[in-house]
Amino acid sequence: MTPAHHLDHSTILAYAAGTLDEAIGLVVASHLAWCPQCRTAVRAAEALGGGLLDQLPAAAVSENCRARTMAMLQGASLHRFPAPAVADAAVPGPLARLLSVANLDDLPWKKKAPGVAMYDFKLSPTAKGQVKLLRIGPGRAVPEHGHGGEEVTLILGGAYRDHIGRFGRGDVADLDEDIEHKPVAEAGEDCICLVAIERPTRFKSIAARLMQPLVGI
Amino acid sequence: MVVFSDDTTGLKPVIYRRGAHVSFRTMGNSVMLVAAMTTAEQRSKQDKVILEAEFRSLMERVAQNRDRAAFEKLFTHFAPRLKSFIMRKNANAELAEDLVQEAMIAVWKKAGLYQPGRGSVSTWIFTIGRNLRIDRIRREVSMPLVELGDYDEASDDPPGDEVLARKQEDSLVSKALGGIPEEQRQILLLSFVEDMAQSEIATRLNIPLGTVKSRMRLAYGHLRRILEIQP
Ligand SMILES: [Zn+2]
Repeated sequence: MTPAHHLDHSTILAYAAGTLDEAIGLVVASHLAWCPQCRTAVRAAEALGGGLLDQLPAAAVSENCRARTMAMLQGASLHRFPAPAVADAAVPGPLARLLSVANLDDLPWKKKAPGVAMYDFKLSPTAKGQVKLLRIGPGRAVPEHGHGGEEVTLILGGAYRDHIGRFGRGDVADLDEDIEHKPVAEAGEDCICLVAIERPTRFKSIAARLMQPLVGI
Repeated sequence: MVVFSDDTTGLKPVIYRRGAHVSFRTMGNSVMLVAAMTTAEQRSKQDKVILEAEFRSLMERVAQNRDRAAFEKLFTHFAPRLKSFIMRKNANAELAEDLVQEAMIAVWKKAGLYQPGRGSVSTWIFTIGRNLRIDRIRREVSMPLVELGDYDEASDDPPGDEVLARKQEDSLVSKALGGIPEEQRQILLLSFVEDMAQSEIATRLNIPLGTVKSRMRLAYGHLRRILEIQP
């Protein structure tokens, strides 16, 4: 698979640093499972981590720590090489781990509007964001909305169009929070989107939340 | 473009880069030597390339021969840096040493997974420390990670020239880190070392989130130009 729309470079860096929230991290990891180009980008960003590690001042490690580590080598089993992942599976690996069904059709979808259904993932209680699956019927539009927070969307099936372009399977929309868009699903098949939403920490008031009509889609 | 030839060394030039940065490869051996450098900065880059070549050969000995002496050399270099890295996230010295031990045991067990063509030893060990920090210290928020190597296909493998170029990665990355403006470097430190999310950095520095992101993009763009990554 060679996606056409990729992760923002600031997202690539935050992923490599390990600082993304669970919700956005899940969608990012799912895109990476499908996208060789962004995997290369993550590796380059990780090299910055390696370079910074090299430049850290050394903290003295006790003889005890060294001795314990050396003593453990004998009994340390070798890492078992994982079976190669399926790069083009219907559902990307990091997402599949959260699903109890093999087929997305079997999820308990909730109807939200004519032609629009949604499924909410359960994340850890401490996750700041939410992850949803959206199923948009052919030709259906999602109302125009801004984001009022971080939002990253991965297309799992079908395609939609907005003023930025066409987003098909494997493409990711990693948009700045001030971008407004009005996606319309292409004719022919449902568009299935995996959406991570993280509310900005600085908008805490209920009034402000009410002004973000689509956050809870 | 510099073309450098020295019949007496028997070394074959394989990579030419802009500036007086000429690399050689010994026949049938992957150790890189960098010639024609005079300034202190270049000397230190040269040391880094040689150091990185040594790390790679130590990793190979650990992976293939289960060589404890080679492992202990890696421990001597990396354990104090990992401890420093882990202690940035509020860990006490005792917990930090437990995690250093865990990280270094992971190096021993996973050595066979290290792929020299895909990055330096320092970078690989950074990812082990990072994953451990996510799993063991920052329990309140877990970030899903994908094992990048699990998804690599043969067709993704970088061409031979690129593998050679990657062997200089460490010196190029330190060049990149040295060449970016302080305000970008600060954001990288807060992300990679202090483990702060973009929104936390914005709050700490009292700047808009968008500024944090644009500084990250600039820093990454700078690195890409130096590593010559497309696109
Ligand atoms: Zn991508």
